[in-house]
Amino acid sequence: MAGALVVLGAGHYGWALLMAEETWQVVGLLALAGMATIAAYKTGFVRRVERDWAEAEPQLNRLAFAVLIGLILVLAGSHFALLMISTVLLYFIASLGLNIQFGFTGLVNFAGAAFFGAGAYTAAVLGAQALIPPLLILIAGGIVAMAISLPLLVPIVRTTGHYAAVVTIAFGVLFRTFLEVNEILGGPQGLMVESMKLPGWDFYNAPNLFGFETSFYLNYALMAAGLAALVFALFRRLERSWIGLHMDAVRLDETAAACFGISVRKTKILAFLLGNLILGVSGALYGMMISFIAPASFTFSDSLLLVSIVLLGGLGSPWGGVVAATIVVLLPEKLQLLQEYRFLLFSILVILVLLFRPEGLLPRHLRNFFPNRRTGA
Amino acid sequence: MDFGLIAQYLANGILLGTMYALVAVGFTLFFGVLDVIKFSHGDVLMLGTFIGFTAWLGLEAVGVTNPWLQLAGVLLCSLAGTALIGAAIANWLILPLKRAPQLNTLLITLMLGTAIREAVRLFYPNGSNPKAFPALLPDASVEIGSFALRADSVILVVSGLALIGALNLVINRTRLGLAIRAVAQDEETARTMGINYTLVVLATFAIGSGVAAFAGIMNGLYYNEINFGMGLILGLIGFSAAIVGGLGNLYGAILGGFLFAGLQVVGSALLPFASAYKDVFAFAVVIALMAWKPTGLIPERSSDRV
Repeated sequence: MAGALVVLGAGHYGWALLMAEETWQVVGLLALAGMATIAAYKTGFVRRVERDWAEAEPQLNRLAFAVLIGLILVLAGSHFALLMISTVLLYFIASLGLNIQFGFTGLVNFAGAAFFGAGAYTAAVLGAQALIPPLLILIAGGIVAMAISLPLLVPIVRTTGHYAAVVTIAFGVLFRTFLEVNEILGGPQGLMVESMKLPGWDFYNAPNLFGFETSFYLNYALMAAGLAALVFALFRRLERSWIGLHMDAVRLDETAAACFGISVRKTKILAFLLGNLILGVSGALYGMMISFIAPASFTFSDSLLLVSIVLLGGLGSPWGGVVAATIVVLLPEKLQLLQEYRFLLFSILVILVLLFRPEGLLPRHLRNFFPNRRTGA
Repeated sequence: MDFGLIAQYLANGILLGTMYALVAVGFTLFFGVLDVIKFSHGDVLMLGTFIGFTAWLGLEAVGVTNPWLQLAGVLLCSLAGTALIGAAIANWLILPLKRAPQLNTLLITLMLGTAIREAVRLFYPNGSNPKAFPALLPDASVEIGSFALRADSVILVVSGLALIGALNLVINRTRLGLAIRAVAQDEETARTMGINYTLVVLATFAIGSGVAAFAGIMNGLYYNEINFGMGLILGLIGFSAAIVGGLGNLYGAILGGFLFAGLQVVGSALLPFASAYKDVFAFAVVIALMAWKPTGLIPERSSDRV
């Protein structure tokens, strides 16, 4: 019950936040969220929500998806709200990819924006040829992102800690510089991206819903929601499978994991490739949606933004990722006043979270292998 | 390729190498005493350069026009200010997190770097535009064949190398250096030997940041331009140089700094059709080097305790 209440409440809250136009309304809503969180902790409501979640996760996930679709349909006429929802969803998907590497396996990836960008550039190049059906381009974006991470596998597997960080940082800088100086890929000006097309359904046209004129972003919002649900399900399955167990073991102690016969190398390679695949797919859809991409959108700062989403939400915690992606994407757009100060505020916010709540906003819990069994706690 | 061009590349490489080595030395010093990476190093450097620039503006305003006096003032303000900032960051942000996972420190300092960068961009007067840094050094040059040796770059390289040499002496020959090395080797034993741990850590961060500020001023004097983003790329290069050389080792940092400069120069000399790709080339070689020597060219001595 409590869980369902929270999901419905969050849906309403999202609607209110997207519809709020004045600064004072947004600030008021934020204050409301803060107070509600404190109240929930004080009254023990958080416990009940957590218990509900542990007992009936599948139902609640489905409810959350239904609420999301409902939210998208309610806002079907508003360009801006739908663009925001889609962007949040795509960043959320990207954060899931990063979470597999970072949250599960402990592989730091400071080149998230590069792999995201690789997907977007693939969409631009392949979309211009019009030879491949656009749905396959999404997959191609993921595969290209995976392919360009192949040369990194050797250094990633061999190095640890800071030495591993430098590999991805160097790659992120390399990728961005490459895009800027490469004439074929548009140089600093970037490229146009063709929009998504399904057979008989061009995403550029606004769908007509029971006689209502809607925004063409509705297509992307629905598609992003579907993709998010798919990746989320995959993420959860992966977490509960033996692969997820291996990844956790590798993160917690490489030596111990190796002693138990887990191949540290294979696990890291799998996590790195899978994460980049997800990043690439979300990047491809993102490119198609905003229809214009440039190297300036895939900088080191953007990689840091992705890492902040993962950390703010809590390592390995998908629901935390939703909350964090909303904060990171939506707030600066809503508070136009803050737009200019966005990076400054996020960096300070992440510093504060790391100092005072290092486990993130919604920390990940231990695996729950028996969702329907009541435990003593 | 004629002699003049080669000499030009060489001179340029040596200057860049000195600058990178000065930045990398900071990373390796911090790693030595605390086993942390302070990623805000590059942006602290940028802040130091802006402090120096502000000092120059102030000196101009009060009517001091002798370039040598101005240079002394700029260096003094910049180095002292940056040393203080470095020590403050260590005291309030890095020491409290000593027990946290290494990654958290890396991320906090990354974010702090972003915060400093953004703060300068937003709050320094007209901070989002590049600033013209004054040319305080004599602009004479000696012609050797087709190669013009600029006096200012000679002064910069010589003073930079002298600073590295002095730092080496401090680390290896003074009581403070002994304390720094002791803390780097074994914190607890150092404490029981009566070394003031906090003080040594703060001193190390002050020294490292001051040295980086010198590199920043060097950068400003050589290119006559500073901007709020200069710290990010210098920090990234310095970090890569320190890592490639091997963390925790002064010589590794110097080697890494000159190696990176060499790669950039070779990249722009050997890829004449695509000198824009010089950074791509340099970073690609860094990645390849990491694959070959996962703990740097001069590896840090370490063993895993299980």
